[in-house]
Amino acid sequence: MAKHVVARVGEIPDGGRKLVVVKGRPIALFRQGEEFFAIANRCPHLGGPLIEGTRVALVTSSCPGRYETSRAGEILRCPWHAWEFDLRTGRSVTDPARFGARRFPTEVAEAKALSVETFPVSVADRVVLVEL
Amino acid sequence: MRHPLVDCDLHPAVPGMQAILPHLDAHWAEQVQSRGIESLESVAYPPNAPFACRPDWRGPDGLPPADAATLARIALDPAGTDVGILNCLWGVHLLFNEDMAVAFARAVNDWLAAEWLARDARFRASIVLPLQSVEASVAEIERRAQDARFVQVLLPAMWEVPYGRRSLWPVWEACERHGLPLAIHAGSAYRHPPTSLGWPSFYAEDYAAQSQGFQSQIASLICEGVFVRFPRLRVVLLESGVSWLPAFLWRLAKFWRGVRFEIPWLDRSPAEIARDHVRLSVTPFDVPEEHVPRLLDHLGGDSLLLWGSDIPHWQHDGAPAPPPGLDLARLSANALALYSRLQAEVSA
Repeated sequence: MAKHVVARVGEIPDGGRKLVVVKGRPIALFRQGEEFFAIANRCPHLGGPLIEGTRVALVTSSCPGRYETSRAGEILRCPWHAWEFDLRTGRSVTDPARFGARRFPTEVAEAKALSVETFPVSVADRVVLVEL
Repeated sequence: MRHPLVDCDLHPAVPGMQAILPHLDAHWAEQVQSRGIESLESVAYPPNAPFACRPDWRGPDGLPPADAATLARIALDPAGTDVGILNCLWGVHLLFNEDMAVAFARAVNDWLAAEWLARDARFRASIVLPLQSVEASVAEIERRAQDARFVQVLLPAMWEVPYGRRSLWPVWEACERHGLPLAIHAGSAYRHPPTSLGWPSFYAEDYAAQSQGFQSQIASLICEGVFVRFPRLRVVLLESGVSWLPAFLWRLAKFWRGVRFEIPWLDRSPAEIARDHVRLSVTPFDVPEEHVPRLLDHLGGDSLLLWGSDIPHWQHDGAPAPPPGLDLARLSANALALYSRLQAEVSA
């Protein structure tokens, strides 16, 4: 496992996204506030491109007829069949035990602390790293 | 000890309006006579249709068995059946006048108690509901649930609205509270055509379309959250066929994954919910004998299945029995597990 710089923090606005490739793997990177979520860009159902999915809130219910929303923007709907995935875990909302998209740890670091050779950053940038 | 044998689907015929008259109140008894109401038979099972009764079970009058002794001799004695549940399909559900429906439902239920349950201790019965009125249906459940020989409530596969609708929930609440499964039997109140395309021309189309009605009811009950709100409610599908269930649940579960947010009260797959809440009788059975093991594989075993002979409907030649590959004792055990009232002490 190694950490890979995949983006400058400033290039992805809050609520934004970026498709990155690490070691040949397409990874969907999403920003939520100051957090970044990275999942494999392939829906475990039939391979839909998750980077193109819609971000929504988690809708839950304590009884029929009641709708409770939370975690705005943290649920991703696959663009093909709308299956929902939790961006924090990559797991399916309907059946988390059975399937999910692979999730990768992310972190934000100061570029000046890194020896970055393959990614164009200036020493003043903060960057997003994906661990893979 | 021999395992009790349970037949969940027997049909007592109403011998005629004269049999019901003593159980109607004065107003409705007079209305029946003054209006000349002779029968409430449904076109679903016209008594003269070959399917409505096996020829050798018809009486001298040519009609299906309409008394306890005859039906017991045909349906209970041959296999030593210990319990037979009576599902009276008389057309109370056809009526538009809800006061009349309530009067006839009460009368039919009292007639079942007096002329059938009191005459043979092996019989149990389903409470005929006047669903034309939710309030009256709850009242009829309260009135009849005191008698443990009534073990479930009975409704047709096709009604005015899907059974999951919240306006009907007081009825399901009463069912759950009294430990009465909701039995849904093939048939229609004919408020709508039996197919979603419109009226079919032929009986075969109507009969084959029943499974679509059952499917839509199961989808409605699950999606509306009836089993979330009433977790102890069970639904029994009678004369529904069986083989469509796994494929239908696969389809429903597949679509649910994409539109879960629409019905967020479901916290698990519709297929899992059906497994916990739905049971089916095996007559008529709708797979070839050699494919029964495959169906059981798709169903995850035989735990959802009940024995119901559908007597006197002409579903079998020879002795009515579960299809090869299904065991009568096991299906009976499923019924005993389902109907808590079958274990209750019967007090007439």
